[in-house]
Amino acid sequence: MYDRSAKLAAKGVVIEYWLQRSRSLFTAVKGVDLEVRPGELLAIVGPSGCGKTTFLNAVDGLIPIAGGSLTLDGREIRSPGRDRAMVFQQPGLLPWRTVLGNVIFGVEAQGTMSKSEAVARARQQIELVGLKGFEDAYPLELSGGMQQRVNLARALLTDPEMLLLDEPFAALDAQTREMMQLELLKIWSQTRKTALFITHDIKEAIYLADRVIVFTRRPGRVKNVVDIKLSRPRDLRVKRDPQFLTYEDEIWESIQEELAVPAERLIAGVPAA
Amino acid sequence: MSIQSWEPAAPTTTLDRPPAQERRSVVKPSPFKQYEPVVIGTLSVVLALAAWQLVANARIYSILFVPGPWDVAQAFVKLFQTGDIWLDIGTSGAEIGIGYGMAVVAGLALGLLMGWYTRFQYALDPFVNFFYSTPRIVLIPLFILWFGIEMQPKIAVIFLGALFPIIINTMAGVRNTEAALLRVARSFGASDALIFRRVVLPGSVPFILTGFRLGVGHALTGVVVGELIAAKHGVGQLIAIAGQTFQTPKMLAGVILIAGTGMLLTTMIQRVENRFQSWRPQIR
Repeated sequence: MYDRSAKLAAKGVVIEYWLQRSRSLFTAVKGVDLEVRPGELLAIVGPSGCGKTTFLNAVDGLIPIAGGSLTLDGREIRSPGRDRAMVFQQPGLLPWRTVLGNVIFGVEAQGTMSKSEAVARARQQIELVGLKGFEDAYPLELSGGMQQRVNLARALLTDPEMLLLDEPFAALDAQTREMMQLELLKIWSQTRKTALFITHDIKEAIYLADRVIVFTRRPGRVKNVVDIKLSRPRDLRVKRDPQFLTYEDEIWESIQEELAVPAERLIAGVPAA
Repeated sequence: MSIQSWEPAAPTTTLDRPPAQERRSVVKPSPFKQYEPVVIGTLSVVLALAAWQLVANARIYSILFVPGPWDVAQAFVKLFQTGDIWLDIGTSGAEIGIGYGMAVVAGLALGLLMGWYTRFQYALDPFVNFFYSTPRIVLIPLFILWFGIEMQPKIAVIFLGALFPIIINTMAGVRNTEAALLRVARSFGASDALIFRRVVLPGSVPFILTGFRLGVGHALTGVVVGELIAAKHGVGQLIAIAGQTFQTPKMLAGVILIAGTGMLLTTMIQRVENRFQSWRPQIR
């Protein structure tokens, strides 16, 4: 199953952490096997609390793994690195910095680019994510969708080998979310960066990804992998394609089995209308 | 359905919205609105002074007990006519300048260290708590014993007065750094030094300036009380002597001098605060 050419390879990954208050060891994911191919956009979906975000944090190098192996281009992941960049669920923008200042923060932290070069490239990046004219605006003056564009631009400016996205559109309203999905695909198709996208939104996963991986409930591991054979470029109408709906059914069923309370019982509990 | 046209992205739906946090009102604000705080503030002060003058003019009590604002104003002018006042202002000013300046430097350094290094905080917390909950003024007799009645005991008490609010607020500022920001910085591989300079320090500025502002109040209390107890010169000494020799208008003139200094310093710090907060939308 493991492809030598895999960009990211996870083998039997186990992540544990100590819960301070109850003084107990908590296993978030146990035995995750997956690979992300070069240039692929892979989405992970799963019931909430299944450890998918924890897994992504481990890929970013923010938390250590307790077992198994996690490699990017064959190199063990031990800490955050220049080959990865994360787009966070909460934008995490410095409120005292303008859009421009926030976009360059990633490369500034990495120390890889001179300030003037960073600023020049950031301006292009800001245009790419559709924020031209807002370079000097402060984060608190921006809508949630615009803040996430800054978050995305900051990650893209570091020109990573792999882009990690942690439910970046989860906090947005439905319409903005759809627009952001469309734009993410547009930007992604220009760069074809290998990307790992975490979401709880099944439609979003199918719409964006080449493959969708379903996690089991906690402790999370890979339950099944769905190849999304919808041709690109995809516009938002794909979401009404019969094939799309088939995928949605398949994934939803798979997740349903993992929910603590089976859906049949949920339905049975509703009084007949 | 086939997958065809590539819809050009039209982000305008999200971008055309007005900035999320700008102040709004349903009716167009009148031009007077802008000056409202100054006009109303001035009016209320004028009214209060007039009421005070009326009570004083009634002369129910002698000028010794209730001098009017006019008496105080005259005493104030007289203070500056003799020229002795400059020695007092110079002495008190130097005491505040040195004591408060040292408190700013030491408080900032200790507060940042305590906020950043948890173990350093554990080590110093007992002392900070002890001194912060003790009115440092009670140490004046000890300082007089140590340093005599020149400027040093006052400098010491001003320093200790201003030090702890600055330490505590600076530490709180560092501690209150948003976890999400730290995570972003770590994710991009930022060094500790960069995190400190670019994330923690700028985020702490509002807290630090609050500490400075509280410190001013403590410093002024320190200088006045210190000079009341023992001093050769100083505005506090002037107030003490005027009070003991029944020159009430002169005493109040000294009080106004102190209060004015406090307001001036506080306003200056507030100006700096506003400069650092230009990114924050107004909440009112």
